[in-house]
Amino acid sequence: MRTRARFRLRVDPIACDGRGLCAELLPQLISLDDWGYPIVRDTDVPPELAWDAREVVKVCPKLALHLEHSPPPP
Amino acid sequence: MISTVTAATGSPWLWYISRGSGLVLLALFSLVVVLGVATRTGSTPGTWHRFTIAELHRALSLFAIALLALHVVTAIADPYVSIGWLASIVPFVSHYRAVALGFGTLAVDFGAAVIITSLLRRRLGFRAWRAVHWLAYLAWPVAFIHSLRAGNDLGIGWVALIEWGSAAAVATAVLARVLTAVRTPSPGESLDRLSSPSTVAHFRGGR
Amino acid sequence: MPRPLLPPPASVAHTPVGLGPPPAPVARLLGGPPLVGRTTLDEHLARFGRLPCDAGDLSSPEELIDLVGRSGLCGRGGASFPTARKLAAVARQPGSAIVVANGTEGEPASSKDKVLLARSPHLVIDGAVLAARAVGAAEAIIVCHRAVRELVDVALSERRLSRIDSIRLRAATGADRFVAGEASAVVHWLERGVATPTRTPPRLAERGLCGRPTLLQNVETLAHLALIARFGPEWFRAVGTEAEPGSMLVSLLGAVQRPGVYEIAIGTPVGGVLEVGCGAVAGAQAILVGGYFGTWIPFETALRRPFSRAGLASLGAGPGAGLVAVLPADACGLVETARVARYLALESAGQCGPCVSGLPAIAGELEALASGGPFNLARLQRWLGQVEGRGACSHPDGAVRLVRSSLRVFGYELERHSRGRCCAPPRTEVLPVPALPR
Repeated sequence: MRTRARFRLRVDPIACDGRGLCAELLPQLISLDDWGYPIVRDTDVPPELAWDAREVVKVCPKLALHLEHSPPPP
Repeated sequence: MISTVTAATGSPWLWYISRGSGLVLLALFSLVVVLGVATRTGSTPGTWHRFTIAELHRALSLFAIALLALHVVTAIADPYVSIGWLASIVPFVSHYRAVALGFGTLAVDFGAAVIITSLLRRRLGFRAWRAVHWLAYLAWPVAFIHSLRAGNDLGIGWVALIEWGSAAAVATAVLARVLTAVRTPSPGESLDRLSSPSTVAHFRGGR
Repeated sequence: MPRPLLPPPASVAHTPVGLGPPPAPVARLLGGPPLVGRTTLDEHLARFGRLPCDAGDLSSPEELIDLVGRSGLCGRGGASFPTARKLAAVARQPGSAIVVANGTEGEPASSKDKVLLARSPHLVIDGAVLAARAVGAAEAIIVCHRAVRELVDVALSERRLSRIDSIRLRAATGADRFVAGEASAVVHWLERGVATPTRTPPRLAERGLCGRPTLLQNVETLAHLALIARFGPEWFRAVGTEAEPGSMLVSLLGAVQRPGVYEIAIGTPVGGVLEVGCGAVAGAQAILVGGYFGTWIPFETALRRPFSRAGLASLGAGPGAGLVAVLPADACGLVETARVARYLALESAGQCGPCVSGLPAIAGELEALASGGPFNLARLQRWLGQVEGRGACSHPDGAVRLVRSSLRVFGYELERHSRGRCCAPPRTEVLPVPALPR
């Protein structure tokens, strides 16, 4: 049985400017701290949000969001 | 083929569509610039989401390509003036009013660079994309000059309204952009502090 | 408005009770007393002899890495990464590697790297040469603090004249900022003159300085390496603990009789470490261990703990970069922490939003707390949680660790401060915070 690849969203803190588009688009996974910078939940992106996650990566004005493979479970 | 048809019928429609689409294009281009600045400065009117502004900026600029194609094709295909297809990409080579149309071609060249790099943004990386995107601030005045010189309908009220209204909107946006740059401390500032020596912290040697 | 002074907490006797005699002196890196002046190349060779790889032994890099592995040497820059693993990681990369000896020491309260380079530069350079052999590098750069640059230059020219080294060696002055000592910041500084940390992929071992595989080690680690190559892993393990063998340099400051840099065996009880500096001054309240990114520990609790990663872990602390700062009776831990927190906020590289915005906010809250003004503890805790782990380097994490430990250890002060009172006289300053140019 093929297991689906697991992905996580990760923000590059140096590139990020706190514009906040990501939190608007994907509030289920991204919230903003007191200064407007994204707090990205450290969990796998659920399949129903996969499309939104890809959109969020594309819409970031600083290209600061990345989708990467989740680390293997311990 | 189109030219033979209109020459035979003597219809001025190509001329009207070309000039009309040009005016709409100016207004649209101006709106795209305003939305681009709004995306950057993060200012949103009322309850508009930031990503709405960003996506509208993107969608309208892509729509403008279609309108631009109509504008250029009808202008060149029109038998009333002789422009030549090469003039659509190489500036200042048109037979008819080379300078006035040349500015238009220049605007198309800049715009094409901006659009193509934006479509390939993720592959190019942020810095390369941004370097080319600055050309947008050059493309607009060039397009505006083209609209003033190539179009000679400024006497008509609503034409003047579109022209100067667009100019006012873009001028306001550029001012807002300049103020944002002035107000935000650049990363360079912190880097300067980290590149220059400071007073030495005292240290104590061993006994 | 003068603050009413309250009596200090119950004082402790000058000599801690029940810890036995002071520990046996360790004189590996800095040599025995009197610790005056620089060791010349001749003195160095007379004491230690030539490097084994030059003398014909230890010809293969694999042998050397194996030797280091058996000795159990770990990095002395604060992260304690196993040195043999780092050497192996760089050695297996293709391309010409380069060695960077990191003596930047951005921590203002720590002086061990400066003292080591001032006193025993040849040990450090020996270590760099050995490390270069182990990873296949033909070049090593000694990055040092500006205060000791001249001494390092003199040591390098001595070696150049004697032609004892087979690799290219040069010195560079490190940037004088807190984050400048971080590994990627050092490489960034050498490459571009900008001392900010960079994104971690790619790792320095794979692509570091000028795209080459880079071995970056603290200067103290390299000095230990130079001795391990001569005297062997068993000798190295003769002091220290089983899990953390060897000796380390510590910077003692604050309420100790003789502040300064000393060498101790890892695992020495903290009380014993203080005895090396002739003991603490009466009434000491607490100890800051590790560095400005370290942890406060109450004085009594600290004394019996072994000064090692294992010994301090349960207190949420670690030896870090070897700082042991003792807070005297007449100082206030919250005031000191507020000063350091403001310094750490100003020393942010300014690249990541949560650090740039969060650290000044936290410092401001601490300053309000320290000066007896109104403060919001719940909001401070929220900010600490929002800043931790959200920068590109560990600078904000260190600041959060320090502040959290200060709230724990000096929690009894909070009530007093909320009523506008403090135990310390105003303007007592224990922890050094450099003045920054405006």
